[in-house]
Amino acid sequence: MPKDSGIGASPKRREDQRFLTGNGNYTDDINLRGQAYVHFLRSDVAHGRITSIDTTAASAMPGVVRIFTGDDFEGVGGIPCGWQITDKHGEVMQEPAHPVLAQGKVRYVGDAIAAVVAETADQARDAAEAIELDIEELPAVINMKEAVKEGATKVHDDLTSNLCYDWGFVEENKPAVEEAFANAAHVTTLELVNNRLIANPMEPRVAVGDFNRSTGDSTLYTTSQNPHVIRLLMGAFVLGIPEHKLRVIAPDVGGGFGTKIFHYAEEAFCTFAAKALNRAVKWTSSRSEAFITDAHGRDHVSTIQLALDADNNFTALRTDTYANMGAYLSTFAPSVPTWLHGTLMAGNYKTPLIYVNVKAVFTNTVPVDAYRGAGRPEATYQLERVVDKAARELGVDPIALRRQNFITEFPYATPVAVEYDTGDYNATMDKLEEIADLKGFAARRAASEAKGKGRGLGVNCYIEACGIAPSNLVGQLGARAGLYESATVRVNATGGLVVMTGSHSHGQGHETSFPQVIADMIGIDESMVEIVHGDTANTPMGMGTYGSRSLAVGGSAMVRATEKIIAKAKKIAAHLMEAAEADIELKDGAFSVAGTDKSVAWGDVTLAAYVPHNYPLEDIEPGLEETAFYDPANFTYPSGAYACEVELDPETGKVSIERFAAADDFGNIVNPMIVDGQVHGGIGQGIGQALLEAAIYNEDGQLLSASYMDYAMPRADDLPFYQVDHSCQTPCTHNPLGVKGCGEAGAIGSPPAVVNAVVDALQSMGKDITHVDMPLSPARVWTAMNE
Amino acid sequence: MYNFEVEQPTSVADAVAALGEEEAQALGGGQTLIPTLKQRLASPSKLVSLSGIAEMQGMSADAGVLSIGGGTAHATVAAGTAASYPALAALAGNIGDPAVRNRGTIGGSLANNDPAACYPAAALASGATIVTNAREIAADDYFDGLFTTALEEGEIVTQVRFPVPEVANYQKFVQPASRFALVGVFVAKYPDGVRVAVTGASEDGVFRWSEAEAALSANFNADALEGLSLSPDGMMADLHGTKAYRAHLISVLTKRAVAAAG
Repeated sequence: MPKDSGIGASPKRREDQRFLTGNGNYTDDINLRGQAYVHFLRSDVAHGRITSIDTTAASAMPGVVRIFTGDDFEGVGGIPCGWQITDKHGEVMQEPAHPVLAQGKVRYVGDAIAAVVAETADQARDAAEAIELDIEELPAVINMKEAVKEGATKVHDDLTSNLCYDWGFVEENKPAVEEAFANAAHVTTLELVNNRLIANPMEPRVAVGDFNRSTGDSTLYTTSQNPHVIRLLMGAFVLGIPEHKLRVIAPDVGGGFGTKIFHYAEEAFCTFAAKALNRAVKWTSSRSEAFITDAHGRDHVSTIQLALDADNNFTALRTDTYANMGAYLSTFAPSVPTWLHGTLMAGNYKTPLIYVNVKAVFTNTVPVDAYRGAGRPEATYQLERVVDKAARELGVDPIALRRQNFITEFPYATPVAVEYDTGDYNATMDKLEEIADLKGFAARRAASEAKGKGRGLGVNCYIEACGIAPSNLVGQLGARAGLYESATVRVNATGGLVVMTGSHSHGQGHETSFPQVIADMIGIDESMVEIVHGDTANTPMGMGTYGSRSLAVGGSAMVRATEKIIAKAKKIAAHLMEAAEADIELKDGAFSVAGTDKSVAWGDVTLAAYVPHNYPLEDIEPGLEETAFYDPANFTYPSGAYACEVELDPETGKVSIERFAAADDFGNIVNPMIVDGQVHGGIGQGIGQALLEAAIYNEDGQLLSASYMDYAMPRADDLPFYQVDHSCQTPCTHNPLGVKGCGEAGAIGSPPAVVNAVVDALQSMGKDITHVDMPLSPARVWTAMNE
Repeated sequence: MYNFEVEQPTSVADAVAALGEEEAQALGGGQTLIPTLKQRLASPSKLVSLSGIAEMQGMSADAGVLSIGGGTAHATVAAGTAASYPALAALAGNIGDPAVRNRGTIGGSLANNDPAACYPAAALASGATIVTNAREIAADDYFDGLFTTALEEGEIVTQVRFPVPEVANYQKFVQPASRFALVGVFVAKYPDGVRVAVTGASEDGVFRWSEAEAALSANFNADALEGLSLSPDGMMADLHGTKAYRAHLISVLTKRAVAAAG
């Protein structure tokens, strides 16, 4: 029986009431008294030297308050990078300066050159057009392999080359990996591209900076997944504002998908300009601007090789990847192709030897950083494609080959530095075979063929590392931040609770699911719990929402704080009932004395805490409010198995997805409906990557897919109905909820399923095609079939 | 968007007069022009809205000719011609999204002559007559390359007259992002022969595929197209399809259109 409340129930999302009725409060809804507007003059060339900027005429335009250029930011910090990678030679990565406004050079189409602040947005834009600008155009660095060649044009003149780092992992394993390949009975090799994507959240980025001359306090309203991180990075590294004088508010945020994690120059500019001008300054990105300024995702070019012995056991794996960083290092960019990618290359398999090489490269393109899945989709795609290709080359069933090599004993220490705590990969594969009706595939293929269409089945597994992350571990790996989470639980006198959490919700449904946990712990109605997030002034220091970490890390902090609340409440209850604290039990919202019929209600205890007339004041303080910080002991490892069935029109190359099934193991589940939604959304984005989406630059560094006219977002009719199951549950062993995280799984697990299915269809049609790079557009598939 | 004046005439004569002014621009449904203005890629000093002109609205059928007012929205055409010219209704009902169909007009589409638009294929394959405030132009003389037509400055498409064919069909293969026609083929069979018009494919905009017309006029069957193909030379190439792919799609879609027309 489905539950109707608490953990395991699926109450409707309470936040949807305001989102769906136009009552949300997004950053662009915030308009402050006396607010001015900024328009950024952006480079329309990919690479060039700024020879002159003349703002004289523009400054005289109607409504112009002031025009800022790079010169105004001399002595101000640059946009920092939050992760430092050490390369295979023990050298730290090359880290270029990243000024708020371009200084000397522009490095991508969209790079901000000047900022016009004016009374209205239109006046700012008019004046920006009147700025006289001379740029000496330089050759654009676009192709990564060309960029790292000797003598290539440099994106940053003061760096030794365009190579950010050359990372080897695990470097000590390399000779053993080479030896295993030399001794292999079979080696499968695959070259592939993980296409560059643009996140395209429904809400474009917005920043409103404000300054209070009387107090000297700065406030930034911004579209962020993690306001505390922005406060720390911008305050400490860019503007030199101590945290107690800087408040960052991320109110309702209309989707992030990773691209709103990062600290962007526009946020620093609005905060800086508000102080310089003593008035609020607002920037709202246009959709066109979003395409060329929001950090992009993916963009890896890889060669992967799998070695097998004569019995088809995986003996070694090696992969070489070129990872595009774009023109500057975005906040977490260096970590994505390394620690979020290399550590996942074992996948679900007991491959004993693995070596990962990643060359991160600067190019004259928009910075690239985390996008839903961040590194793990790139790892999964490589691995699950090469395993599929190996099965085909060896003439064995791809599911059987996977099962043969599954990790089956836990905990399992991989050769790439992580330890999986739990999992049951055969169980999710069994479930997948059932819900995807793999037995019925042959008949469905025959039916498609009777219509003159091809049909393919693609299956794959995935594992990911979520709940990022143990702070001491990530510190060793180069993170410049801790990755704990926090929660303050405040119980009011009449028994209601407010949870102030560092986990930000921008589509995840925290306002619904977090109360379910507390309601269960105390035995009260969910409506008694309110979630507050997104404002550094009223939530404790938190690291924010990404890496499917909210419930696993933020939820665990909330559980710890609630445990403290319950412990204190029991002391109060013991006092009220004149019983021993050890005998107090909490159930269904009432405290009772074990073995007696004495009890006091939750509300009686909370009232006593705030009206402490009859209260053990000598032992405990009045009030009922506790804070906990939770730092996880390990990552969590959600896993699963996905199946995709496609129909392929041989005349046009068009692929249509007919069936899609996902069997996930997310550990324990709080709200199954929200989990379904997260999986659906993730698969939608994964199918988008596989079939539709691509950010394409030409050799001059112009983004050709710079609008929805050319960048294909998935639409409802591109997607099938999904069979989604998460009944296989191996709870996480090291967090109090036993949860693993579900936000990214769909985007990680689905691209290889789609591509495996298309290759299967092509093979079934007699085409000797072993790979087609994403997106598998009709033109690409047809061209592959007719080359 | 830059500032501009707006005029809303209620007759064609007033609209023509308003368009006589320097830097005046006609505004139909605005589904191309408004986004262009928002991007500041055009800066007319005056927009002359054609949506309030009653004589440019609506449809009528008479003696095998369907006449559609130039200001008629796609959705209105889709709903109003389902019985009289089903292939045209289907085309109109599959342009853009509901917002585009409720605002965009047939006259605006034909005046703009986007090389990937649907209506030019219907007009050319139907041998339609483009009626303006000044004259009548045969479709064969009207389309003049990408975004170029026989219209003079300030000339307004007031009506489009479609001879209704015996059978017809439009096959649109969508560009995955914009959902304009990557290639669209309109086949129309008349007593005196078959006309085939292709949009989305050529560097010169919509065109008639005369070899296919000859073959189909002799034998209106998809098999009649066997062995016929177009050269990739002169086709468009972009992120969504090569020249060869577009040339290939024309053959595929023409066959499908013939098969669907029955």
